[in-house]
Amino acid sequence: MIWDNQFALDILPRLLKAFLQYTLVITVLATLLAAALGLVMAVIRYSKVPVLSQITSGFLQFIRATPIPVQLFFVYYVLPDMGVLVGAVTTGVLVLGVHYASYFAEVYRGGIESIPKGQWEASTALSLPMKTVWQRVVLPQAFRKILPSLGNYVISMFKEVPFLLFISVPELVAQAKDIGGSSYRYIEPFTICGLIYLLASYPASVAMRKLETRLETT
Amino acid sequence: MKGFDLGPWLGLLGHGLWVTVYATILGTVLAVIVAFALGLLSLQQHAVPRTIARIIVEFFRGTSLVVQLFWIVYAMPLLLGYKLDNQVGAILALGLNFGAYGAEVVRGAIKAVPKPQREACTALNLTAVHRFRRVILPQALPLMIPPAGNLVVQLIKSTPLMFLVGVVDLFTVGDEIRRGQPGSVALVYLGLLAVFFLLSMAVVAITQLLENWAKRRLGQKPVRISTATVAGAAPVGEVI
Repeated sequence: MIWDNQFALDILPRLLKAFLQYTLVITVLATLLAAALGLVMAVIRYSKVPVLSQITSGFLQFIRATPIPVQLFFVYYVLPDMGVLVGAVTTGVLVLGVHYASYFAEVYRGGIESIPKGQWEASTALSLPMKTVWQRVVLPQAFRKILPSLGNYVISMFKEVPFLLFISVPELVAQAKDIGGSSYRYIEPFTICGLIYLLASYPASVAMRKLETRLETT
Repeated sequence: MKGFDLGPWLGLLGHGLWVTVYATILGTVLAVIVAFALGLLSLQQHAVPRTIARIIVEFFRGTSLVVQLFWIVYAMPLLLGYKLDNQVGAILALGLNFGAYGAEVVRGAIKAVPKPQREACTALNLTAVHRFRRVILPQALPLMIPPAGNLVVQLIKSTPLMFLVGVVDLFTVGDEIRRGQPGSVALVYLGLLAVFFLLSMAVVAITQLLENWAKRRLGQKPVRISTATVAGAAPVGEVI
């Protein structure tokens, strides 16, 4: 029999649990890290502090241009040599978070740079304090522009959580592979994986597209 | 790094590098074909081909590449009773997945060609093929090339997935060196990072050369060649 309903139902709870407990949790934690770290790096680049700014740019470019699996192994195998012990899940959150922070920083920068010069000039003309300029003028406008991009990156990251298979994080796809290996039934676990991913990411990307149209400033 | 000797590994490293480059090239070729096929289908007037293309694109974009790879390598043989070589399976997964993202790039770029261009073609009584080859495509190409280049960088970054299905690529060779030469971990992974970085930069440079070529054909100004724009702000598959 090619597709066994009973078998599919039997493994569904285990897969869903792995999805909720690892895939989703890791996505959320890595997103928070990426959002915070990305902001820090964007500010450093924006501040144009001579050497620091260039180093940050170079680092961001390097992170974006190298594969997540290599970064995972680097952190997972090299840090313990230096006396820092990190678990697989922590490594995963760290690597995904830093990797996507490099994209987030780029998005933040684009958002801030997209604010027309006139807005800054008008704020100066009204002699608004710097804090108000950022809080009331620049950030609210920038935020609208970058929200859909950030959302799309989170969806991309969500689909790259299975890369953590490289360091044996027991997330959804790793569980499916385990089930396949022990039962020699691969069709059900991997099809269910695909369906779970599709059901989670398709509505999310449709929502992002809607948000994009809704937030568009005219 | 006392006692680390790269010598015995050079042959294997060369092989791994070749497998990675080879998978990138074939994956890209397949992705371009898939991208044009699906992109053009999704621009058809008839609802049927358009819907089919949309479903395929959303399917490949919505399920993770890793899932697709495992499905092709492990589940498909049980379904078809025929087993593809794992390397072929990996290239297929890369090509289909990035082809689906590329379809959005193709679609967006062709839609961005101004409507009067099409109307002028009708006025001049050009055939559909002529119109596409000589008017629409040359104007859409410079728009497609930068996001397509970003996708190829993403594709290179995904080639280590071959390790998961037992294909001996550059990443796998790195892992073997790590096991064979204790104490070489930092060096091995810094080396791998450097090589992948250079490969990505090579793609960025080629992308810019292609973009300039496409722009010159239109009489537009070329962009300055620089590697400062790697994998820019557009997320994978974001509609341009």
